[in-house]
Amino acid sequence: MPIAKMTSSVLKILGKKPSTRAYPFYKRPAFKDARGKIVIDIPLCIYCGICMRRCPANAIFTNIKEKVWTIDHFRCVNCKLCVDVCPKKCLSMESDQALPSTTRLGPEPSLKK
Amino acid sequence: MGKQTIIPFGPQHPVLPEPIHLDLVCEDEKVVDVIPKIGFIHRGLEKLIEKKEFTDFVHIADRVCGICSFIHGMTYCMAIEGVMNIEVPPRAQYLRVIWSEFSRIHSHLLWLGLTADAFGFENLFMATWRIREHILDIIEETTGGRVIFGASKIGGTRRDISNDKLKDILKELEGIEAQIRECSEVFLKDSSVKSRLVGVGVLTKEDAYKLGAVGPMLRASGHDYDVRMSPYAAYQELDFVPVVENSCDSYGRCVVRIKELYQSCRLIEKAVAKIPEGAIETKIVGFPKGEYFARSEQPRGEVVYYVKGDGTKMLKRFRVRTPTFANLPPLLKVLTGCQLADVPILVLTIDPCISCTER
Amino acid sequence: MSKQEIIEIKVDELINRVMELMAGQWRLVQICASKIETLELSYSFGKNHDLVTLRIPSLTGQEEIPSITSIYFAAFAYENEIHDLFGINIKGNCIDYKGNFYNKAVKTPFNIG
Repeated sequence: MPIAKMTSSVLKILGKKPSTRAYPFYKRPAFKDARGKIVIDIPLCIYCGICMRRCPANAIFTNIKEKVWTIDHFRCVNCKLCVDVCPKKCLSMESDQALPSTTRLGPEPSLKK
Repeated sequence: MGKQTIIPFGPQHPVLPEPIHLDLVCEDEKVVDVIPKIGFIHRGLEKLIEKKEFTDFVHIADRVCGICSFIHGMTYCMAIEGVMNIEVPPRAQYLRVIWSEFSRIHSHLLWLGLTADAFGFENLFMATWRIREHILDIIEETTGGRVIFGASKIGGTRRDISNDKLKDILKELEGIEAQIRECSEVFLKDSSVKSRLVGVGVLTKEDAYKLGAVGPMLRASGHDYDVRMSPYAAYQELDFVPVVENSCDSYGRCVVRIKELYQSCRLIEKAVAKIPEGAIETKIVGFPKGEYFARSEQPRGEVVYYVKGDGTKMLKRFRVRTPTFANLPPLLKVLTGCQLADVPILVLTIDPCISCTER
Repeated sequence: MSKQEIIEIKVDELINRVMELMAGQWRLVQICASKIETLELSYSFGKNHDLVTLRIPSLTGQEEIPSITSIYFAAFAYENEIHDLFGINIKGNCIDYKGNFYNKAVKTPFNIG
């Protein structure tokens, strides 16, 4: 009986909690070791520029003379390669994602060398 | 014979958010000729290989496609391993199978949802994508990324899954499979769904082979061709038998994909039962010299990676032949002679991924 | 693993070789061009799980390559792609986009320098 089947599924759904989360009020905690955003422990950094050269998305900009290290989180593709290659291990990956912003962060890294 | 009208379809169209353009030559409601056009977003990733080290390029290969990302990265690694003769440790091979199959489940669920959306069954679309969300959670938990896994590495994998976690995954998978079963009932038995799929877009067995169709498109036309049969990763140890349908129509392609969902669940179960202990990567020494074709089975079909190196850290040539590229000629074939109203569903049955075609 | 074989051929042999493969129930897997000092074309065909590649080496880019679309219809996309990215002339393509298959900023982007 289609009607009986339908009524039973309707009743089943009525007893259930919603499948979605009420987003801004409840945020699902990030999984452990999820790739969220890159953070740097700046005192340890020697500004060697390896992360800048290896970054697939050209999101990192470093300058050894002026001691600058910046990352454009909107350009970053969260591949975690810079964390793997950093010689001082001063980079790490946080599991929470970068927050939205109204401006573009960081300098525009040039594609040409 | 009626008057011929050319109806432009796309690059922005109601089927899926991917830029493909078709010029449909119609006589009344019947499509008599089709000319496709892609290339709106060609990214030139193949050229980028000359600027990035071959080890770092894995992360770019991962991002060739947003849906079958892991298999792209893995096939790139397989190509480099083929050139350099690297033996991948068995545990890594099994992990690759597990992640590949998860990526297949999530891609097929995505396709089922989009198909439901294309024939106007919005509830079903939401139901399938809800199941997909559980799969994405498992993927994020084990690899760190929701759709871009970032877990492949030349010579092995980047991450390991602990044995306890593997057991938890199996338990979760059981629940997910029950939900898939509930949903697939609708796809396979509902009369309104059937009326949109059965007998629509017939691609005969000969045509499918001659036009070079790949993946579910080929298997729904009665060919038992699946790259997973030519062993790569750990498939040779998992008694893999491809899913084949003989109905040659859109319904057949839907059935193939649904059966592959269950098959992927079985493969994951077998892989978890058999996974050996041990290292997950081999260290690579030296630079690739030589050329190699690596092939693997993506959710959409066979993908071909060609790499050529000359012994420096930059490769000389890198080429990807994505499954959608191979499925374009069969798409033209099935579109010729169809009804205009069936165009969206037929474009979808090849599971198009234009963005990865324009790598 | 499956077998892979590369056969070097000349431009005028191409059509006959491809006809032979067609008669032997091989399917077209891919066509690709590469530029390493000189241009070369690779036509790959598959049967079961084996792969045969016909390689036309050392092209200058001025030659006219006969189209194989009359034998394998599926080749039209690859041939247009090669024409667009490398500027190799392919004669007799059944759906010829005349350089408009890909939208690109420069002419023959894969064949500069």
